[in-house]
Amino acid sequence: MAITVEEIFETASMILHQNLDIRTTTLGINLKDCVHSNFRIFKKRVFAKVCDFGTKLIRQAEKLEEKYGVPIVNKRIAVTPVSLIMETHSTGAKFLQMARTLDLAAGKAGIDFIGGFGGLCQKGLSASDRLLIASLPEVLSRTRRVCSFLNVGSTASGMNLDAVNLLGAMLKKTARLSRNAVGCAKFVVLVNAPEDNPFMAGAFHGVGEPDITLNVGISGPGVVRSVVEKNRECDLSELSEVIKRTVFKITRAGELIGRELAGNLKIPFGIVDISLASTTAEGDSVARVIEAFGIESIGAHGSTLAVALLMDAVKKGGAMASANVGGLSGTFIPISEDKGMIEAVKRGSLSLDKLESLTGVCSVGLDMVAIPGNTPEEIINAIIADELAIGIINNKTTAARILPIPGKKAGDKVELGGLLGTAIVMAINKYTSKKFMLRGGRLPDPVTILRN
Amino acid sequence: MKKELSFITVIGKDKKGIVAKISNILYRNNINIEDISQKVMEGFFVMAMLVETSGYKKPQANIGRELDKVGKELGLKIQVQHENIFKKMHRV
Repeated sequence: MAITVEEIFETASMILHQNLDIRTTTLGINLKDCVHSNFRIFKKRVFAKVCDFGTKLIRQAEKLEEKYGVPIVNKRIAVTPVSLIMETHSTGAKFLQMARTLDLAAGKAGIDFIGGFGGLCQKGLSASDRLLIASLPEVLSRTRRVCSFLNVGSTASGMNLDAVNLLGAMLKKTARLSRNAVGCAKFVVLVNAPEDNPFMAGAFHGVGEPDITLNVGISGPGVVRSVVEKNRECDLSELSEVIKRTVFKITRAGELIGRELAGNLKIPFGIVDISLASTTAEGDSVARVIEAFGIESIGAHGSTLAVALLMDAVKKGGAMASANVGGLSGTFIPISEDKGMIEAVKRGSLSLDKLESLTGVCSVGLDMVAIPGNTPEEIINAIIADELAIGIINNKTTAARILPIPGKKAGDKVELGGLLGTAIVMAINKYTSKKFMLRGGRLPDPVTILRN
Repeated sequence: MKKELSFITVIGKDKKGIVAKISNILYRNNINIEDISQKVMEGFFVMAMLVETSGYKKPQANIGRELDKVGKELGLKIQVQHENIFKKMHRV
């Protein structure tokens, strides 16, 4: 036999016992060609395009799930930033209607989340961006599947603090309008946002992308944890080596399925995002990988080193396995969606401050972080701005997905339901930076960008 | 005709009749067994069958379901996967 029983058992165990799966296949769709001066026709074209491609994606993905025996967990769609295509129709009411159109089209196709309801405002806000942001509390609370993003900075353009300063109030309003603030879970603010990220809520189809493209996110915290547990005694270089080898294998599986799926859909294959992404399933946790390194509870001193080692090994293994590595390709450490992270917050080993430092060495940022509902809006803005500054200065993507939970205080538990998991409300620093934040303006682009 | 090769993986506890039952299903569905290999690993009985499926005309899900049923009867996990996934993951 060309493949040994040991190798077959290894792959089978990854799928059966270690939650290996293709976490998401995300179809990026250009909607610029749908724009029409008649808003009704515009919406109709958007609906038809999303629904048509969404239906095909699901049909073809299911076929490959059977062929390879690897679950494809999520089938999603990312569209051109909606703020751009709505420039000639930018009124609050029309933004809500467009969100509803996307929501219905995705629902009809059987797609669970559709991303791209956002804008690129790293250097300044257009009138359309402002209206889009103003529409978000209603959009996020009244639609089920629409995800929103804002790119408010980049290493090349600095950070648009004026845009950040609109977000605290927007998030608080969204939180009030939706049960347990779940509307806020569908909004992410980023800097250096990748145009081909397949993961929600930050997925959008960038303006530099082709008409249509397929991006794939693989996943396997469970697989990595299992290999780390089998290597309890080895030193850091050896540990890095075994993680690299494992990530190489799972990335190859993602690349195979992604390419074949794109081929069957007759569209170009985009990228494989090699991020380790947790789910609420037992064992499918990035925190548990870190703890398997020999750290009692994530957040303990030594955790930043551990995440840095993991991150680097994941990237090296993934980069060898595919020529099309892209998207975020980091390690997600969402609080509410990862059992180990939730427990660490509960037992007091992981604070918001330590989480922020962990995000300095991994993607993607403060993800699914619940904070007290009475947090002043300028403090929410400051939490976001701190996280994004890390990305701008270090030339990497960082993001924030913050849920100010109405009526809850630090330590309270909130059930967000389904994939979103359980959040423990995190304590925030009680001192204010209001006067600093109210200065507004733009953080200049860092000197490191002057390379020409 | 081009060969279409898949691996059938059986994981669980060894018992009488596993090969007999599975090969009977494969025979009825015009699927040829090219190779069989088995081993006990980490306390599991693991059997891998390399099968040629170009003579099988129904959707792949059907054979998967039929084998799954036998797997449930015998208390085994049975998976059918195209050989390409193993080649990609384990060969550079």
